[in-house]
Amino acid sequence: MATMKGFHIDFLGKRKLAMGFSLLLVIISLASLATRGLSFGIDFTGGTLVEVSYQDTVAIDEVRSDLGSAGFNDAVVQYFGTAKDVMIRVPLKDDIKGAQVSEKVMLTLHEKEGEFVTDTDPVSKEQTCSADGQSRVCNVQIRRVEFVGPQVGDELAEQGGLAMLYALFGILAYVAFRFEWRFAVGSVIALVHDVVITIGIFSVFQLEFTLTVLAALLAVIGYSLNDTIVVFDRIRENFRKLRKETPVEIMNRSINQTLPRTILTSLTTLLVLVSLFIFGGDIIHNFSIALILGVVIGTYSSIYIASPSVLMLGISRENLLQVKQEGGDQQAAP
Amino acid sequence: MNKYPLWKYLVILAVIIPGFLYALPNLYGEDPALQISATRSATIDESTEQQLKNALDEKGISFHSLQRTEDGIQLRFNNTDDQLKGKAAAENELGEKYTIALNLLPATPDWMAAFNARPMYLGLDLRGGVHFLMEVDIEGATINTEKRLVSDLRSGMREKKIRYLSVSSSKNDGILVVFPDQERLAQGLITVEDDFTSLSAKEIKSDGKPALSLHLTEAAKREIKDSSVKQNMTALRNRINELGVAEPIVQQQGDNRIVVQLPGIQDTARAKEIIGRTATLEIMMVDEKNSGNIQAALEGRVPVGSRLYRDRNNRPLLLKKGIIYSGSNIIDASAGIDSRNGSSVVHITLDARGASINQRITGDNIGNRMAVVYVEQKSTIKKDDQGNVVTDENGRPVRVKSRIEEIITAPVIRDQLGKRFQIEGMDSIKEARDLSLLLRAGALAAPIEIVEERTIGPSLGKENIRTGFLSVMYGLIAIMIFMVFYYRVFGIVADIALALNLIIMVAVLSLFQATLTLPGVAGILLTVGMAVDANVLIFERIKEELRNGVTPQAAIHSGYDKALSTIVDANITTLIAAIVLFNFGTGPIKGFAITLSIGILTSMFTAIMVSRGIVNKIYGGRQIKKLAI
Repeated sequence: MATMKGFHIDFLGKRKLAMGFSLLLVIISLASLATRGLSFGIDFTGGTLVEVSYQDTVAIDEVRSDLGSAGFNDAVVQYFGTAKDVMIRVPLKDDIKGAQVSEKVMLTLHEKEGEFVTDTDPVSKEQTCSADGQSRVCNVQIRRVEFVGPQVGDELAEQGGLAMLYALFGILAYVAFRFEWRFAVGSVIALVHDVVITIGIFSVFQLEFTLTVLAALLAVIGYSLNDTIVVFDRIRENFRKLRKETPVEIMNRSINQTLPRTILTSLTTLLVLVSLFIFGGDIIHNFSIALILGVVIGTYSSIYIASPSVLMLGISRENLLQVKQEGGDQQAAP
Repeated sequence: MNKYPLWKYLVILAVIIPGFLYALPNLYGEDPALQISATRSATIDESTEQQLKNALDEKGISFHSLQRTEDGIQLRFNNTDDQLKGKAAAENELGEKYTIALNLLPATPDWMAAFNARPMYLGLDLRGGVHFLMEVDIEGATINTEKRLVSDLRSGMREKKIRYLSVSSSKNDGILVVFPDQERLAQGLITVEDDFTSLSAKEIKSDGKPALSLHLTEAAKREIKDSSVKQNMTALRNRINELGVAEPIVQQQGDNRIVVQLPGIQDTARAKEIIGRTATLEIMMVDEKNSGNIQAALEGRVPVGSRLYRDRNNRPLLLKKGIIYSGSNIIDASAGIDSRNGSSVVHITLDARGASINQRITGDNIGNRMAVVYVEQKSTIKKDDQGNVVTDENGRPVRVKSRIEEIITAPVIRDQLGKRFQIEGMDSIKEARDLSLLLRAGALAAPIEIVEERTIGPSLGKENIRTGFLSVMYGLIAIMIFMVFYYRVFGIVADIALALNLIIMVAVLSLFQATLTLPGVAGILLTVGMAVDANVLIFERIKEELRNGVTPQAAIHSGYDKALSTIVDANITTLIAAIVLFNFGTGPIKGFAITLSIGILTSMFTAIMVSRGIVNKIYGGRQIKKLAI
């Protein structure tokens, strides 16, 4: 029977090392963000994305040059998953209305195959084309089109940033209300740490940063905090119960006590996220990457960053006892 | 110890039983169906229904139900083959006046539908379709209004013989009217105040000459914004009807944007073409001299200088060729009640050009009829008799352009008319409202532009459902195995709670018909992962208590007790993040936030209350030496 019992790891003793390591990661992240920046998806930059699927494998260079001669020299053409699926990205242009780019791209690709779309088969859901006077299933099938105009792109970026701030602020207020301001600040430090490093990794590896990745980041905030709160809850309980121990001892004990749970929950969450990564399809690939990164970093930060931050802010038993006197406490042992 | 009172079990059952019930419709598949709705000029009633039934019977096409709903007729078939044959037969029978769309309708049994149990509402990324976000160019509409006001001001002052030097509009600075002297300015000011209530005036000097600087009032600007958005929405709805989409959505978003969602459409080029098409109105005179002999015209002997048109009820009418003025001269049309006799009327306001033409023409034609004709361009792919696409020498499909022309009203001119007049003789206020909408739709609409498009091909939608389902299944199974392996009996309890959580989530999503998107599926999956967290917290606490030498019963009790506030705190903070996400999110992200929020709430119920209920049933109220945890 598998079980974990009685950890006695001196987490807080290594806090300088951990803090140094984290600081390094944050600096690398910020440096990469400053120099390389993020590879923003069209959600934020505006532009057109067309995903098509060919009946047979297709040479990517040909697609690229066909599109080039149709006036899309700046189009980014890539395989998407297999050699039959192609993704085309076209930045915003001045001379052609954004919403018409996808039509022109499709027309170019169909023309190359010598076919013209006529209809959609209601059963197989495939597009039918006419070619050489015959009707057949189109060689190129449109899979997905996303077009975001410049007005919308800027707005989304702005709203996304604001949402992140609102979430952090709401959490700060709630934790300050339920615990104490040092805990609130400590948890927000850990959250900012998680978000910065996750974005940093997206920047270093130039992974595409889309609207869904942003959503994943907000979910990461929620998740990482979940972890931190569990540890904080135990710290508060132990501060009240164990009167003789120093803050460092209490924090170490609390982290050790909650460690099995921290590991188990991260593990179960990672299980589903890996399932999402493997089976969830290409569209939410980066979404699941962001979540997986976030969960790993969040777990680390709830152990090594959140509690040491609270300690450095000078927490003491009295801070928590005051709370007990003021507002009736449900937490007191029966 | 560890016994739940009966009422708690009743509460649990009171949630779980409806949960199962409302989740159940998702297990039934979908029926291939036809959705038939009437376009502008037709109605659907019992005779349509009968006509349709007869047509299908005649061709020997079997269908399994026919239902008349608010928006038309729903016709369900046993298989897609019958559905396609049915479509051809229905098109043949009903003709162009009806829109016939292929659709999949949930095959929920009637007894379930009776208490509103429906399957989840799938978003466009799961069912395939087009999403457009369109922006109405308010600035453009304002400029158009100002331009019109400039010409109205000129003719207004000319009429009152007020001499002015110039009337001009600039892009950012309203309208400027320059007068030769102060006295003329005073007269001009009175005209503006009396006849141009949408403008506010300020006296200034322009190159030493007295001048009026005129700006649209805030109320007038708001009015322009509201009416241009509404007008565009009406026009969009009318046109989308023709696309034959089963459940289209046209909604205002924010101040000046319109969301259009067309599930199941794949030909976006055609959708864009139709959406971007403009309808116009043409005002023509009825050929009163020859209308006595309409029969001759019907037989093909149309008098020179006239054309045969039909009205909404397919009644023929001869109109004189030549457009008097067009819909772009109509500034506003609104339904109202005639104060004299209480009947419904439509008030119409024309611009300066329209008004002067109107005055001239109606003066000469009192007693005659004036017809308003609705005109729309339509382009379709040409098909031959066998239903095959006709192509030209390059292999391109041939498109046939056709004009839809329809008389929407032909009232008798009773008096000489000017800028404002009304059409009387409406049967109801509804009829008046319908007519005013039609008149406005043809009026000069504010320019509109697509600012966001998201198209998911139907094949990708199908695949997304499959991948979403798979990832939830595998994730769930992995966790379940892990929990049983790690916590044994308690693991099974947690697994039952987890499965129930999933069922209740599906039930809540179905009940509220919240849109399920692919990120929404990810949200479900994430909550599955996080839902076990509550149980892990509780079980770890129980283990800890056991290690401290507490008896098994007391360990269960204090394990649940002590973990509670931690679970609530942790979940509330996640909920905060989810709510922020919901408020800021657009489409797919909202879907993620919705499932995440619902999942957090339902998981607290199942992981705490339900799992405790099961644990109490297994261990409660008896002597136990050891827990299988």
